[in-house]
Amino acid sequence: MKNIKRLFPIFDARPGLVYLDSAATSLTPAPIIDAVAGYYRELSANVGRGLYATAEETTVRFEEVREHTARFLSVRADEIVFTRSTTEGINLLAYILEDHIKAGDNIVVTALEHHSNFLPWKRLAKRCGAELRIVPFEKDRSIHPDTARSFVDSRTKIFAFSAISNVFGTANPVADLVRIVKDANPTILTIVDAAQAAGHTPIDVRSWDCDFLAFSGHKMFGPTGVGVLYGKSTLLAALPPYQVGGGMVLDSMADGPTYMDAPHCFEAGTPDIAAVVGLGTTIDFLDHIGIDSIHEYEAGLATLAVSALKKAFGDSIHILGLNDRRKSGIVSFTLDGIHPHDIAQILGDRDICIRAGEHCAAPLHRALSLPATARVSFSVYNTEADIEKLIEGLKEVRALFKS
Amino acid sequence: MSSLYQAIILDHSKHPRNCGELEHANHHGEAKNPTCGDSLSMDVLTENGLISDIRFQGQGCAISQASASFLTESVKGKSVEEALALERDDILVLLGVELSPNRLKCALLSLETLKKTLAQDSTDTV
Ligand SMILES: Cc1ncc(COP(=O)(O)O)c(C=O)c1O
Repeated sequence: MKNIKRLFPIFDARPGLVYLDSAATSLTPAPIIDAVAGYYRELSANVGRGLYATAEETTVRFEEVREHTARFLSVRADEIVFTRSTTEGINLLAYILEDHIKAGDNIVVTALEHHSNFLPWKRLAKRCGAELRIVPFEKDRSIHPDTARSFVDSRTKIFAFSAISNVFGTANPVADLVRIVKDANPTILTIVDAAQAAGHTPIDVRSWDCDFLAFSGHKMFGPTGVGVLYGKSTLLAALPPYQVGGGMVLDSMADGPTYMDAPHCFEAGTPDIAAVVGLGTTIDFLDHIGIDSIHEYEAGLATLAVSALKKAFGDSIHILGLNDRRKSGIVSFTLDGIHPHDIAQILGDRDICIRAGEHCAAPLHRALSLPATARVSFSVYNTEADIEKLIEGLKEVRALFKS
Repeated sequence: MSSLYQAIILDHSKHPRNCGELEHANHHGEAKNPTCGDSLSMDVLTENGLISDIRFQGQGCAISQASASFLTESVKGKSVEEALALERDDILVLLGVELSPNRLKCALLSLETLKKTLAQDSTDTV
């Protein structure tokens, strides 16, 4: 990772930047910025419509990215739906699965979900008269298969959970979770929120055997405005469209309009073409560095940060999530007597970017009776020097608040 | 040092004035800032349309605590009417700092709590 920081132009514009909020959105390297700009400079045409050179080239490029994304996940191209984000992917699912849920059924989620994998299910359950069940996390801050098993029954329709918690940074045993609930009831649809996993840790959709999986481009060095929803082809083929409009219909004049096959029937309207083009380059970028190296580097920095924080602040710092379960660059903590907002603000004034609050995970914070936490998250452009600056900054925060 | 965390704000956040419960209060109200989990509650005693005493309790960042401390100090002895007429800018003047939109919510939680508290039905002693 030695020279990688140079690839991120934001450090030329802001040399002093200590960016420790990659779990919110990652920085973007030059090749990906260039790919996005390149679309506008050299193509600038809509997909699937025009019969002129740039339109045809754009369509080919767009579908190439779909194939590339499919290879990235080891799945088929027709199992890849382009969305705006993880949030849109999960909302899309909650919408198209509505007919599938009847009163008296239940939907199972976990207590460590981000709101975007919690609220769509909560709303769907309410709409359908179904029950929303919440699997608690354990002392190691992950979801245990046996516990999940005890929450599902013959009326469970959906089990939605994240691969990596955006607060604890811990990884859930995805394959085991999918297997145990399917053993209990093979009709349960399993949905994985991979927002914090994609691009940061190997994702093996086939061996996970989940039915659906969603992630965002912007959390894995890609552009904002594009996300991916994977769905098993047999399932996608049987589900109704989401938004209706251009680019997805066969016969719009029929009484019951007929729609294109998956994945196109889930992609109404003009997509964020530039972002999809950028996503293709993002996958090249990830392949070039290697997901395993990214994972090792980010988790390594997180482990170093945990020891440095404990060394500097001893008993007054409380780290959320067990180290041996942490499989990411995410470290959340609280400091005795200082509100996380104040920590983040004072560090922010020093160009050290961290996050404070509930991180869109209110159920998790409620379960721990914490009003808020501070979160740092490391990525490939961070170094040990950033950890030192973080510790220095936190020492100043503490000095300020000592009376 | 961060300009937001001037000595006076830190002093009020560490040693908030009017912090605690008010036994003989005739108004009680609460408000929350859902984005950061801050919460405040207030007890107010009004007599003849005047705020004769006020206390607050809560959990929150230095800005929300200091703002509650400043605000309770400033409205004590004022009329309910005057307190209800207070606006965003009055709080900023009290705090004497510029705030980003995100932190503005922290600073304004105290005003929201006060207004909710005063809006509660009460038996103003005559
Ligand atoms: C675990 C998890 N799920 C979902 C999301 C939502 O991602 P997006 O805002 O890109 O839709 C996030 C982002 O914060 C996340 O961390």
